[in-house]
Amino acid sequence: MTVSPTLDARFREAAAAAGLLDVVYDLAETPVGTLLVATTDHGLCRISYDPEPEREAESLAETFGVRVLRAAKPIDPVRRQLDEYFEGTRTEFDLQIDLRHQAPFSLAVLDRLARVPYGHLTTYGALAAEADRPKAARAVGTVMNRNPVPIVLPCHRVVGANGSLTGYGGGLERKELLLELEGAMQPQLDV
Amino acid sequence: MMALVSVPPFESFYEEHRDAVFRELRRLVGKDAEDAYQETFLRALRGYGRLKHTENLRAWVMTIARRVAADHYRRREAPVVVVEPETDSRPAYAELGELADGLPRKERAAVVLRYGYDMSYAAIGAALGSSEDAARQAASSGVRRLRRRMQ
Repeated sequence: MTVSPTLDARFREAAAAAGLLDVVYDLAETPVGTLLVATTDHGLCRISYDPEPEREAESLAETFGVRVLRAAKPIDPVRRQLDEYFEGTRTEFDLQIDLRHQAPFSLAVLDRLARVPYGHLTTYGALAAEADRPKAARAVGTVMNRNPVPIVLPCHRVVGANGSLTGYGGGLERKELLLELEGAMQPQLDV
Repeated sequence: MMALVSVPPFESFYEEHRDAVFRELRRLVGKDAEDAYQETFLRALRGYGRLKHTENLRAWVMTIARRVAADHYRRREAPVVVVEPETDSRPAYAELGELADGLPRKERAAVVLRYGYDMSYAAIGAALGSSEDAARQAASSGVRRLRRRMQ
């Protein structure tokens, strides 16, 4: 005798609704593949490409606490906004983001990154300068690579000084796809 | 950096034990197992963040399940143990359930919980809304009654 999907889902939603979880996650289907989306009480805390749920659950537990559970409903607002983004009807995300575990420099860079508008590009060097570390372009690259919430914090809008796409945590193909969606494939550096 | 003992994410713990917990609750509270299931894992979740060890998580969650079942009976005015012999593979248990069928409700519950489920008299008392002594008494008078009947 096994637990029915209905009972299983009922418990998961009840656990989330009771506020007993450190982290809730679920998978979201998008044009750039299946994403794992996780949230805490403080907001969206992770978006992962090509997720291996078991490993992700462990890493989420390490960072945010062991009470990690998959549940659909708490992720719905993020899912909805991602859908709208990919349909082209949303150009800004209206989501709280949990950056409690970021180091000060990452925090400063991610904060600047959050202000790069839809369809625009910037460079690693420009972000470094805005974070008052003009020589830290490479460190900015590292921060982009570890961006906890790609797409929502738009590290795909950051390119090399010569306009080359350089790299992307989810793979260059996805970076290209996101920029095409935003109509930003023609470099228009707003530096 | 390596943690010697690390509690697994609740998700893995839940996935690993949920079917066993559900089966146990079906035996203990029958058709009310679904509510008891949710309550069991909500209680487990409340304690989970404070776990200091990872040994015997199965035993830990089963204890919670039995307490939930006990509370379930306590809440009722007339305790009735729902027994589903066909879902229980332990022959002794099935037989016990059948044997005990003719006993007064309280005695039946005490006998089944004590000898079928190995619950302590304190827990049975709690389940039946009476004292530990009263539970012991109910079980022993139930057993006496069974003996008389079998002679």
